[in-house]
Amino acid sequence: MAELLYQRDIYGKTLVELGKAQTRIVVLDADLSSSTRTALFAREFPERFFNFGVAEQNMMAASAGLASCGKIVFVSSFAMFVTGRVWNQIRNTVAYNNFNVKIVATHAGITVGPDGASHQALEDITLMRLLPNMNIIVPCDGPQTRDAILTAARTEGPFYIRLGRVKVQTIEEKNMFEFGKAQVLKQGHQVTIIACGIMVAEALVAAKNLINKGISVRLLNMHTIRPLDTEAILDSARNTKGIVVCEEHSVVGGLAQAVDEVVAQNHPVKVLRIGVKHRFGQSGEPQELLKEYNLTSSDIEKAAYSLVS
Amino acid sequence: MNSSDDRKIRALQEQAKQIRRLIVQMLAKAGSGHPGGSLSSADLITALFFGVLRHDPKNPGWPDRDRFHMSKGHCCPLWYAVLAESGYFPKETLLTLRQLGSMLQGHPDRRAPGVEVASGSLGQGLSVALGMSLAAKLDNKEYRVYCLLGDGEIQEGNIWEAAMAASHYKRDNLCAILDYNGFQIDGRIEDVMSLEPLVAKWQAFGWHTIEIDGHDMKQILEAYRQAKTVKGKPSIIIAHTIKGKGVSFMESVVDFHGRTPNTEETKKAIEELG
Repeated sequence: MAELLYQRDIYGKTLVELGKAQTRIVVLDADLSSSTRTALFAREFPERFFNFGVAEQNMMAASAGLASCGKIVFVSSFAMFVTGRVWNQIRNTVAYNNFNVKIVATHAGITVGPDGASHQALEDITLMRLLPNMNIIVPCDGPQTRDAILTAARTEGPFYIRLGRVKVQTIEEKNMFEFGKAQVLKQGHQVTIIACGIMVAEALVAAKNLINKGISVRLLNMHTIRPLDTEAILDSARNTKGIVVCEEHSVVGGLAQAVDEVVAQNHPVKVLRIGVKHRFGQSGEPQELLKEYNLTSSDIEKAAYSLVS
Repeated sequence: MNSSDDRKIRALQEQAKQIRRLIVQMLAKAGSGHPGGSLSSADLITALFFGVLRHDPKNPGWPDRDRFHMSKGHCCPLWYAVLAESGYFPKETLLTLRQLGSMLQGHPDRRAPGVEVASGSLGQGLSVALGMSLAAKLDNKEYRVYCLLGDGEIQEGNIWEAAMAASHYKRDNLCAILDYNGFQIDGRIEDVMSLEPLVAKWQAFGWHTIEIDGHDMKQILEAYRQAKTVKGKPSIIIAHTIKGKGVSFMESVVDFHGRTPNTEETKKAIEELG
């Protein structure tokens, strides 16, 4: 059984690591530091941690002021409250200025679970993808979360990093993380599956089942959504019969649409979407919700199978 | 008040006249923009740039410089005028305001030397200034942060989040300047969304308040001086001003919030400011 980790635990620990190495690192949170794990940084470096209370707009605009004075600013809250809630602050004051503000959102997606629709951000990738200058990483597991955070800290400009609430299994045997480059988890020539975040683990199960049935599957972990690895997408479009895109997110404007845009303009092939389709979320256990919203490995398997049969 | 203070005040009054002329000229050339609020805060910001702020126009990135942020970004003609007069960029550039490719965008942008953070979407600038003020604390720097707010602007909830946080974090290096001219686009503040009791509101949020006539240079300088001495809390200068101040036919005329003068009006305005 693969290792199970909270991505946000890794986030908190990586912040501490960064804080020790660089005094420029400053962390902001809006009353959710125990959940986002920025509290780990706050304990080590109280003078470089600022709790803004339940006031995300102020937090986001203040991050720009700190960044204008040379700080590398990590800003955290739940994905619901640190994207749409403060979109204008991000657009006009962070992204437009191209500041060193790293938005690390936790509790993204449907697997927030029992808290229900008000807390299940399914539109955040779309909102960030709309913004020029914004880099976007959706890491698939614990170790990749560290890669994403370190990348954001050393790369100039604004970042959005999307993490979940629940423990995720570590994806073994993947190549080294390279920002902006898809990780090829399976090399195949009949059908391509592209996934990000927790859907990578689901896609891996689906891929293994398909391989057992004699189908040659290519599986890409598209951890970086901006800048997008268009080469990897086009190579898949050219050399396989079709693509299934999997994301724990609305099918509007997220990874699926990003893949669609590349394929449609360059080498049209069929793109099937595993994602939330024009629905709000609801309360339930994460696994129940994945099933209810057709986000499981068997949904992926069925979609991929339909492309080759 | 000694004679050197008198000289300083007279010099600043003259400087403010020049700033007003530049505002009118660049807006007339641009053909769109916001004269009313630029003119109402002209004395406050002229005094700041030419009598208070520690800055070096030849070295805009000087780490110890005082910071200024114009939260009410639509009044950028005023910001651009004081920056050009200070020597951040040539004055001829002012006549490119709002043109394609110009560093002087319709709302402040970092392309213009001296503009640290873009603004234009109201209500966010006090938070930006708070961030700068926290950075000073982290870096053990003595610089102060000044932030110009509009009165209509403070109807934004974001302002009050920033107000609460600035006093929570005891930001005594932070000084807000409120241009209380009493008008917003849709009319009189008190008709659209009244702000009173305004002084009590800021005090309730933990701020030191200084209420002045925003066109009296002596009161303005004294307010900046007093704000510097306040310890343990941020200060706000609540400046009563007249929208369009300095051009008789623009004064308290709401239409000139966002309308520029035509050729005839420009000529008349420049004569008045002569």
